[in-house]
Amino acid sequence: MTSREDWWYDEAAGPLVRPYAMVRGRTRPNAPDLHLVTQVRASSFASDQTSLTVEHREIMSLCARPLSVAEVAAYLDVPLVVVKVLLSDLIERGDVLVQTSTPQIPDRDLLQAVLDGVRGI
Amino acid sequence: MVFVGSDDQLTVPTAVKIVIAGGFGTGKTTMVASVSEIAPLRTEELLTEAGVHVDDLVGIEGKDTTTVALDFGRITINTKVVLYLFGTPGQNRFWFMWDELATGAIGAVVLVDTRRLDSSFPSIDFFEHRGIPFIVAVNCFDGSQLYTVDEVRHALDLDEAIPVLLCDARDRESSKAVLVGLIQHSMNRLAAV
Repeated sequence: MTSREDWWYDEAAGPLVRPYAMVRGRTRPNAPDLHLVTQVRASSFASDQTSLTVEHREIMSLCARPLSVAEVAAYLDVPLVVVKVLLSDLIERGDVLVQTSTPQIPDRDLLQAVLDGVRGI
Repeated sequence: MVFVGSDDQLTVPTAVKIVIAGGFGTGKTTMVASVSEIAPLRTEELLTEAGVHVDDLVGIEGKDTTTVALDFGRITINTKVVLYLFGTPGQNRFWFMWDELATGAIGAVVLVDTRRLDSSFPSIDFFEHRGIPFIVAVNCFDGSQLYTVDEVRHALDLDEAIPVLLCDARDRESSKAVLVGLIQHSMNRLAAV
């Protein structure tokens, strides 16, 4: 077991308190259905960003093009659960748009498109 | 496509995914890297030391936590479709991640190292039990191909309908052929129902 002092800093992960602080004590994303590959994109009519945190603004800038939740988490270098909370804030403000559908098993047309695409790379 | 809070008509692509599974050291991230258009990205989930998924940060400051890393890559199919390739976490205790990865996936590639065939059993069981289309790809790195396709099929007790391919996960064309094999297998399964 690690001591309580050790807990606050991990060599690989850095300061472990940061994710919790970054979401300012909020614990659960309000937006449901944020999966690994759910596509998010900054709205072209985003509201005033002066009240946003650095992390929120980074997300807005990353999402100028559509990205998956997993990509946003990777580029921001925060755990998925944290990025989901941050994205929820932006979705609630209407600053980030999101696919509402849960992952569906692709149909034949979609599979054919993927097949053609993979052959073409 | 429907958006929450949609205030403009620009759309986002449809995202699809393929799972690259297999035991530790079978070349999952190597395969992702060989076909991905970006260097593989890494994202992390939090979990408690007991291996329980943290989907809620309540009380997390008082718990010993660890992370499970997911490596993934991306192939932009066209302006409307993007494909993600997810390597499964190396340790099998992270089953909760496998469920999220497998939900809605086109299917899975189970990478096999013939020197450690038994390390692929849990992956095969997982996809078989959930009815998720999968193929087996034998990674022949460093000339380690000791067995024929039929021997591998027999050793893994695979149904005749499950394709078994030989590949080199480091090679882009070889990895592409594996993905093509999986997508075709998924299409055949779709046609059969």
